[in-house]
Amino acid sequence: MKSFLLDALLKGRATIKPPAAAPAALEELTKALGERARQRLGRSLAIREVDAGSCNGCELEVNALNNPVYDVERFGLKFVASPRHADVLLVTGPVTWNMREALLRTYNAAPEPKWVVALGDCAANCGVFAGSKAVAGAVADFVPVDLHIAGCPPEPLEIVKGLLALMEKAG
Amino acid sequence: MSAVVSLTDLISGREAGRDGYVRLDVTPDLWTALARSCAQGSVDLSALWADGGKVRMALNGDGQRVIVSLETDGGAYPSVAAIHAPAMRLERAARDLYGLRPVGLPDERAWLDHGRWPDSTAETRYTFLPVEGDDLHQIPVGPVHAGIIEPGHFRFTASGETVVRLEERLGYVHKGVERLMAGADIARGAKLAARISGDSTVAYGWAFAGAVEAALDWVVPPRGVMLRAVLAEIERLSHHISDVGAICNDASVITINARCMLQREDVLTVAKSCFGHRMMMDRIVPGGVAVDLSSEAVGRILELLDRLEETRAEILRVYDSMPSLQDRTVTTGIVKPDLARQFAAGGYVGRASGRAFDARKNFAYAPYDRLDFDLKTRSTGDVDGRLMVRMDEIVESTKMIRGLLHRLPAGPVRSDMPAARAGEGAALIEAFRGDVFMTVRLDEAGRLARAHARDASWFQWPLLEAAIEGNIVADFPLCNKSFNCSYSGHDL
Repeated sequence: MKSFLLDALLKGRATIKPPAAAPAALEELTKALGERARQRLGRSLAIREVDAGSCNGCELEVNALNNPVYDVERFGLKFVASPRHADVLLVTGPVTWNMREALLRTYNAAPEPKWVVALGDCAANCGVFAGSKAVAGAVADFVPVDLHIAGCPPEPLEIVKGLLALMEKAG
Repeated sequence: MSAVVSLTDLISGREAGRDGYVRLDVTPDLWTALARSCAQGSVDLSALWADGGKVRMALNGDGQRVIVSLETDGGAYPSVAAIHAPAMRLERAARDLYGLRPVGLPDERAWLDHGRWPDSTAETRYTFLPVEGDDLHQIPVGPVHAGIIEPGHFRFTASGETVVRLEERLGYVHKGVERLMAGADIARGAKLAARISGDSTVAYGWAFAGAVEAALDWVVPPRGVMLRAVLAEIERLSHHISDVGAICNDASVITINARCMLQREDVLTVAKSCFGHRMMMDRIVPGGVAVDLSSEAVGRILELLDRLEETRAEILRVYDSMPSLQDRTVTTGIVKPDLARQFAAGGYVGRASGRAFDARKNFAYAPYDRLDFDLKTRSTGDVDGRLMVRMDEIVESTKMIRGLLHRLPAGPVRSDMPAARAGEGAALIEAFRGDVFMTVRLDEAGRLARAHARDASWFQWPLLEAAIEGNIVADFPLCNKSFNCSYSGHDL
């Protein structure tokens, strides 16, 4: 344990400089949130991640957001265990028929106001799984989506930029 | 009652294909005898799938591999699970997806079919196994879990804090991958294969490519073969290091996890700079690899390996110095060696319970057939054992990558596709969590007529149910992380 502490002193911090919010995300959010109630959340968003059928690639990159390099909690972005505590649902994957109800129930369990971020190409348009009989549709087919973050999977920095844009507009 | 049969007798001089598999048709009696051989322990069940009017099994034993095919009677055939329990979920899945009817199947409940598909025949209500006894309570968990992980349902029955039974229900992320592959061209098939389980995208890319190459006698240039192993070992390292952190995190030792997460990020950053994608997705393609490695990038990987070894040594030192951490991992979630053998459990789950199996060793494929590495096993079968197997494998993988990079031959990394023709091929590739099996059948136009993928998790998930029995509920996250089974790879 001492070696860890020594490392912290000698190697300096691991955390990268905060990026700017993604311009494309800001534009999409201006459209999406323009007519919706704006709530001041004190620049803090609680996020509930929902895998609605992902291959687990997106989950790995969302997990990376909590590593010391990206450390998104410093921006007020916090992942929570329950939808009851969430402001944002971060949904990945094409929505499978087998996950459709669980997604809807999670969405309904989150209190208003709430936002939905569709993360990754599958969430946006079912990606390579489009056309499958086992896939019910894209995330926006079942819950209102405020922001899409593209990628297969999106890199952590892209996710951070999108979420920062969401915080600027919603928070 | 049919007697057992050995694979050597079964093969009796038949030539194996380019992929190392001997293929033959069997009668129902021989099929049942083989199921009995699996139950008796002389043969490992590696996969079971439907293919047109046939049901097929991949079997390993006596250092040989066989794919047997049985013509079904309008979908009906003698159930393997009736004799050999590890086939249970495979047969339930094949019935749900392809309408096979395994006669004598002990558990007739639907598995992947949750009664939600438009053409579904299953009930939407799932009946969990009955539990009887005083002072028992149930804890339903999922499909949406508290953490950032894949969805699945766990039904715990507990007596006080002690888990009496865990029953898993999976299939939530079933995406119909195999049906999407049927009729697809090879390029699309490769894209889909790389997304069967995103965490094992390199391994699945390799398994698919290997199967297609075997079917078409497609030769990969030596540099491409070597680079494939570099990619695969980097993928293994990225997961082993983060799994060690995640296990410690569930025992509340957050410092180790932070260190491991940093190291994983380091691996992914280097992967991106060398191969253009953090998870190296779509980098292994039929015919070779999609990107070459510059000599400058070789240097970056070698430096990464130095840092990784330093991290590993430090983590091990801290792990060894914390009795309170080992108190949570030692003797927790034991998988008995007999059970690991019966289920032919691959990866660290099998190897921590003394099962010395690694596809890179037992059925060595290029370039592992020319690589020097040790197959490390442990005999404790507990969380600590599975963690230590990962620690051992980090050493072996770094050694292997160094060896590969130091004698990387010059030349092309990919070859052109040969003329399209009908054929069949299979591959058994060691992913970070265990061996994945992939088989493809191509039609005359070179398109996929049928593809089947079997993740290592199929034979590990059932052992998690057994491992948690008698442990406290609070130790489930530790056990679960030490298995780190795939949902997407299993649900397909």
